[in-house]
Amino acid sequence: MFITNYIKEVWGAVKSLAKGMKLTGYYFTHHKEIITQEYPDNRAELVLPERFRGEVVMKHDEHNEHACTGCTACELACPNGTIKIITKFDISPEGKKKKALDTFIYHLELCTMCNMCIEACPTDAIKMAQNFEHSVYDRRQLTKKLNRPGSKIREGVE
Amino acid sequence: MVEEIGTNEEGELVINMGPQHPATHGVLHLVVTLQGETIKKIEPHLGYIHRSIEKMCESLTYRQFSYVTSRMDYLSSHINNHACAMCVEKGLQVEVPPRAQVIRVMVDELTRIASHELWWGAMAMDLGAFTPFFHAFRERENINDIMEETCGARLTMNYIVPGGVMADIHPNFQKRVKSFIELFRSKIDEYDELVTGNIIFQNRMKGVGWISAEDVVSYGCTGPVARASGVHSDIRKLFPYEIYEKLQFNEILETGGDSFARYMVRMRELRESVHILEQLVDNIPEGEFQAKTKAVLKLPKGEFYQRVETARGELGVYIVSEGATTPYRIKFRSPGFANLSALDHIAAGGKLGDLVASMGTLDLVIPDIDR
Ligand code: SF4
Ligand code: SF4
Repeated sequence: MFITNYIKEVWGAVKSLAKGMKLTGYYFTHHKEIITQEYPDNRAELVLPERFRGEVVMKHDEHNEHACTGCTACELACPNGTIKIITKFDISPEGKKKKALDTFIYHLELCTMCNMCIEACPTDAIKMAQNFEHSVYDRRQLTKKLNRPGSKIREGVE
Repeated sequence: MVEEIGTNEEGELVINMGPQHPATHGVLHLVVTLQGETIKKIEPHLGYIHRSIEKMCESLTYRQFSYVTSRMDYLSSHINNHACAMCVEKGLQVEVPPRAQVIRVMVDELTRIASHELWWGAMAMDLGAFTPFFHAFRERENINDIMEETCGARLTMNYIVPGGVMADIHPNFQKRVKSFIELFRSKIDEYDELVTGNIIFQNRMKGVGWISAEDVVSYGCTGPVARASGVHSDIRKLFPYEIYEKLQFNEILETGGDSFARYMVRMRELRESVHILEQLVDNIPEGEFQAKTKAVLKLPKGEFYQRVETARGELGVYIVSEGATTPYRIKFRSPGFANLSALDHIAAGGKLGDLVASMGTLDLVIPDIDR
């Protein structure tokens, strides 16, 4: 009695194991669909979705103009002090003083890619870029200035 | 008798499992007291990944704080954000547009599937089967792709915000979810074929780590752990939120109370989540995806509580407001902490080899326990 039960159990185990192995065997012989990516080698074809949050960048047009008014809404929206806006006063031709962006400092090493600054910006001046290879040898290189040198605010953006 | 290193006064062997142990899936430190191979006592030592999220939240505004909660139970990040968003909405008395509600429930269920899949792969790996991990990650990748496209992130989403969702769904969303549902249905059967039906696997799970319904209640366990002992604990059914009331799905109950029952609850929940997605994918109402809210949110003075069902059980968000722009106090009732507290009861008296099975079916996420 004990022996028959024992053999039955072993047989059942072998059967269930074979069932699983059949599936494994199926995949072993049908390797049509390749699901892994050879990452560093496929850089050229690698397309990330447009919404992918890689880093914050400032949009500049062909005239090297951006839409940032220096309102600091993004700085206030950021939960961890990643953004620091330094403003200056531009003197307009009529001699009026106007607040404008001087430097947009962005600490990539602090950024959590939460998208809150982009949501907060009233003029849509910043966006998320898809670049994700951020490793550098010195963390100071991660502190970036987002407004390009010599850039200025686009005409008509308030 | 000379006292050996590692034994206590009674001659029991005291060993450390973790904090760097592959089966604890994170920095959980268990001090296990053994008599021979039998477990006498398990003492979890916490705090290795404590980031004081609750305290951090007190200095963040109501719009900002929910992004941190993606980092609690990182496998249910959408659901954590959802709980926070709903708690704030409760205080503000904002009506969430129907479109946002449906999107929220859909991403919640996708998250639940992704979380259960990762658990399934890791669980099988704990018990010695390596292939299931790849099977699980193959399908989980599909969900991650959907998330990447719609939310922009793969793990720490911050997509559900007070008032609705951060952005409308991607045009491909419905198509992709549909093809995922179709694919996933056949894959669950494969999972069953590969692991569930395996006798060796069943023998390692059945009768291991048993917990009674009374103990589940007294330890405060929720989620699949409670439902495996026959305790009704699905918040989606008991305290329906968003559109769960109108949806057709079953609360999965098993009565075994052992590791295998907990395993089966999650496997059946996978099918249930797919069923929910099927009902919604073609019925996303048109309209706004976010309600109009003020730029600076201020909750009225008072206390607000909202609970949701994450992949691990009941997550409660408790906000005390003094009427300012930041919460006065926030408390998270995390499912993992309560489930872990039952581990000593579940595994004591069993064998050391079974501890991995008991712990695996509790589905512990350590950052959720430590916060
Ligand atoms: S993405 Fe988030 S963390 Fe990064 S700069 Fe914007 S608000 Fe700050
Ligand atoms: S990026 Fe936008 S929110 Fe930030 S300072 Fe410029 S205009 Fe204001």
